Amino acid sequence: AAWCVLPSRVLLVLTSQKGIQMYESDGSIMVYWHALDVGEHPPAQAVFARGIAAAGGHFICVGTSSGSVLVFDIPPKGTNVTVSEVLEEHRDAITDIASELGQAPAGAGDVVTADDAGTLCVWSSGEEFTLLSKILAFGCSCSSVKLWQGIVAAGYGNGQIRLYEAASGVLRAEVNAHARWIYALDLAPQTGKV
Amino acid sequence: RVDEWTDVDRKRVMNDIITTMFNKKFMEELFKPQELYSKKALRTVYDRLAHASIMRLNQASMDKLYDLMTMAFKYQVLLCPRPKDILLVTFNHLDAIKDFIQDAPGILNQVDETFRQLIDTYCGLSAGEFQLIRQTLLVFFQDMHIRVSIFLKDKVQNSNGRFVLPISGPVPWGTEVPGLIRMFNHNGNEVKRTEFTTDGNYVTPQREGSFELYGDRVLKLGTNMYSVSRPVETHMSGSSKTLASHAKENRVPNLLAKEELNFLARLLGGLEVKKPAGSETGFRLNLFTTDEEEEHAALTRPEELSYKVINIEATQEPGRQAELSRILGELEVTEPRPASGEKGEDLLALMDAL
Repeated sequence: AAWCVLPSRVLLVLTSQKGIQMYESDGSIMVYWHALDVGEHPPAQAVFARGIAAAGGHFICVGTSSGSVLVFDIPPKGTNVTVSEVLEEHRDAITDIASELGQAPAGAGDVVTADDAGTLCVWSSGEEFTLLSKILAFGCSCSSVKLWQGIVAAGYGNGQIRLYEAASGVLRAEVNAHARWIYALDLAPQTGKV
Repeated sequence: RVDEWTDVDRKRVMNDIITTMFNKKFMEELFKPQELYSKKALRTVYDRLAHASIMRLNQASMDKLYDLMTMAFKYQVLLCPRPKDILLVTFNHLDAIKDFIQDAPGILNQVDETFRQLIDTYCGLSAGEFQLIRQTLLVFFQDMHIRVSIFLKDKVQNSNGRFVLPISGPVPWGTEVPGLIRMFNHNGNEVKRTEFTTDGNYVTPQREGSFELYGDRVLKLGTNMYSVSRPVETHMSGSSKTLASHAKENRVPNLLAKEELNFLARLLGGLEVKKPAGSETGFRLNLFTTDEEEEHAALTRPEELSYKVINIEATQEPGRQAELSRILGELEVTEPRPASGEKGEDLLALMDAL
């Protein structure tokens, strides 16, 4: 679940094994319901939506277990939410999606998506999302990701935190931070502390 | 009248239970992709398995045994260093089971068959998929904090029922010991290294556990807890107020109940409850020190913690009769011993002797 803060409104987005729900910020009404297409998945595969982020002023991105990222176009008010695009760059279940929390330098993109294999994709949002860079996995699931000032902070299943330059995908720092799987990362936008 | 368990009895009970558990049809059902069982469904299947031989347990002893099993399993799943280790835990279980039935090649074969199926089904899954499985299993155990004396004694469980997460020992396979920070420049060259200290005392693991049919699993989780003689008690009192919400969940009618019961009927079609002929045959197992204690435990068990067991009869559908007769035929055990129903020995002693 996540609060998606857009300039015009705040929506509460919930993901589950059945689909995606969007509510008004006071929880009063369900604005939109998107059912997940079970047919897309091979049998015995879990079906779910996971990873939520607001981006580009009027988009909400939600990841799915098949690896696709649904981009929803959100109107300033009302229930006329539409699927603007489906990003099909990932081959494994999406684990997390993050949007730029600070000021992105030029060319750095404003959305990053992560998957179970550990692959990261950096995007520039818009009517059509553009893939700016793809950071290949090193054999470990990326469970959590954050984006700040053009830097991608990624937490992995092997306990490592890695920092990459969003624009180029270059690894800038590697921290052997934890002895167990990292479940979540959080970032303070004012100070840049993780 | 015979008052005590003999080695022959012990072996028999073990063989019967293991044969039933690894029955081909039963395993086929288990391996089908499906949702996690409900608590009621699992408890019912467990009851059937426990009664697959000439051993009998009263409600109180059965409850205690089930509590023990669930907390031990929760412990193992929770403490797995990395998600894929739940498979190593399962292999440890199977290795121990194979040890119990070394002299019964027929059953040994069934277990090996299951082993192979596990390897085929699970070895190819990714870490993320294993984590999903692990977290799904943990949802089942949420809010269960029954204190088990063997865990309290070994300091792996606190007096509030929570498990202790170790901060020393080997890190999971594939993880580095925490402490090192490496920095790189635009070209990807390492330019700086710094270190930080942690409270933990971690070391690099020496090797990875084996995922083959035979091999050193390395991981100790899932190995026989009772290989050293210990008292086995579970404590109900002081279980927290979170139980109130837990109990409420159990009373909400299950809309999928009919589906679930049908599934259970299919599953249990192969699990025959052995009814001892006459009133005194079969062995009754008492997990308490006296009959009175057992009775008292049954009467004083908190309402929220009582397991509502469903009684299912094997389906009477004509089409399945032939198949059922065949399965039941396979499960036939030679007639029960005409022995007393006097209180049995401590479960511990039973398992120790094997």
